[in-house]
Amino acid sequence: MSNNFYQTKRLKDEVFKYFGLACTFFGLIMLVIFIFGIFKDGFSRISWDFIINYPSRNAEKAGIISALAGTLWVIVITSLVAIPIGIGAAIYLEEFARQSRIGKILEINISNLAGVPSIIYGLLGLEIFGRIMGMGGSILAGSCTLALLILPIIIVATREAVKAVPKSLREASFALGASKWQTIKTTVVPAAASSIITGVIIALSRAIGEAAPLIVVGALAYVPFVPTSATSDFTVLPIQIFNWVSRPQKAFLINASAGIIILLSITFLLNAVAVYLRIKNKIKY
Amino acid sequence: MNKKIREKIIEYILALCALITVLTTISILYVLISEAFIFFTEVSIIDFFTDTQWTPLFAEKHFGILPLLTGTLLTAAIAIAVAMPIGLTIAIYLNEYAHKNFKYVIKPLLEILAAVPTVVYGFFALTVVTPFLQQYFTGMAGFNSLSAGFVMGIMIIPYISSLSDDAITAVPSHIREGSLALGANRIQTAFRVVIPSAASGIIVSIMLAISRAIGETMIVAIAAGQQPRLTLNPLVPIETITTYIVQVSLGDVAHNSLEYRTIFAAGITLFAFTFLLNNLSFWFNKKFHRKYV
Repeated sequence: MSNNFYQTKRLKDEVFKYFGLACTFFGLIMLVIFIFGIFKDGFSRISWDFIINYPSRNAEKAGIISALAGTLWVIVITSLVAIPIGIGAAIYLEEFARQSRIGKILEINISNLAGVPSIIYGLLGLEIFGRIMGMGGSILAGSCTLALLILPIIIVATREAVKAVPKSLREASFALGASKWQTIKTTVVPAAASSIITGVIIALSRAIGEAAPLIVVGALAYVPFVPTSATSDFTVLPIQIFNWVSRPQKAFLINASAGIIILLSITFLLNAVAVYLRIKNKIKY
Repeated sequence: MNKKIREKIIEYILALCALITVLTTISILYVLISEAFIFFTEVSIIDFFTDTQWTPLFAEKHFGILPLLTGTLLTAAIAIAVAMPIGLTIAIYLNEYAHKNFKYVIKPLLEILAAVPTVVYGFFALTVVTPFLQQYFTGMAGFNSLSAGFVMGIMIIPYISSLSDDAITAVPSHIREGSLALGANRIQTAFRVVIPSAASGIIVSIMLAISRAIGETMIVAIAAGQQPRLTLNPLVPIETITTYIVQVSLGDVAHNSLEYRTIFAAGITLFAFTFLLNNLSFWFNKKFHRKYV
């Protein structure tokens, strides 16, 4: 009987081991199955015409040029707003306000912002940028909204990066007569640069995939032109996909699959670059 | 320019950057509270929380948030029911069973699940999961909370596995070794010693995952339907708070109308839930975090 007891015990342990392995791959396998299905449906739809055509009522003629242009506009302006503010805020928190009361309050506030649903940022953008500042449903309003959305991600990543720069480097710089700002500019930030870039790329990849806050701000579902200024109406790739998914005709679902292939390529590429940088920069001081 | 003055100016500019995060919070609160306040001068707050119908866009208007709230909580509950056992098992497996190198390879791969844009998951739920489940559940509608919740669960697996993994890694090895020395095997050690020791971190990870699930928008907007309905049946179309906000944003609702303000009333309800969950988890983490020497 005692022998049997130990056998069951060992068996349970073995079973759990394989169960754990199965769980680990469950999500990834689902994702692979899904992506495989999308490629099967949508890959043949991707052509140069699909890239350069405007959206159309006729599924076979529809393309993503206005959505791609919109995504590009939004990402450029979001970067211009979010990167300097995010890095600046992180440097302030880490180098100037680390132990202070203000620093603690800012930190709690940032963790809270990181947990606010993206659609709430949409409501913020709709009222503050769209109505009060008079930007309407423009690229500028959408970009500012996304910039606020990804700000916590950039700040947290930059703080980690700056924190990892050893004290000895700072002290060496001070010993050479550099001021605090000179030390930050010429020693701390360059030493932390690659980790900061990794964080920024992850944040931007998140922004590229967002649809909900932009819909709330007033991005359009049907845009038959390429935006030529930041005050123009716009759409982005995820919203174009959403629009095609919402239509009952099967032909539009194929367009959605093709759009998803392009969107996923961009997201995966950005994430791959981020992971590569992270592995490459595991330098320990 | 005087070096000292320049240094001060730069410090103020950097402080201004940090201040923007505070302004963001204030703006969110201002927008939600001011618009919701006007809304509640026209709609009684008691009706808002007790009426069982939500039909602000119809001729006969009802403003009961309950159908949207149950829709939101139902999809989130399904998502957690999928993600919690899987995420937790992954965290235990990676710490107690797997080779150390395996963990370093698999963790970035699992993060991919959270990096996929949510419209993509919505498409997945609508065109793959629902048709698949319809073979087994007769009468399952084309839009339903089960598919949306299931796919959302896959998306939040890394949220739970990653934070739980951190909590389990923090359990010192001498506690494990004590258990193993008493004759327990790995599974007994994991469930009776490691998990209780890491409980606070695990609970925090689950609370944050719930908060993420109730704020999720595109998956439910695509796959769960747009019919506010007070039900716990996962096979019929429902509507979540987030979907409602998207639905109104896509439609033609005049600014400054009562219908327009409903999205802020719905928004502040959603915000209150996520804010509560997030801060509860911070507090919980601080209060119950076990310190080991």
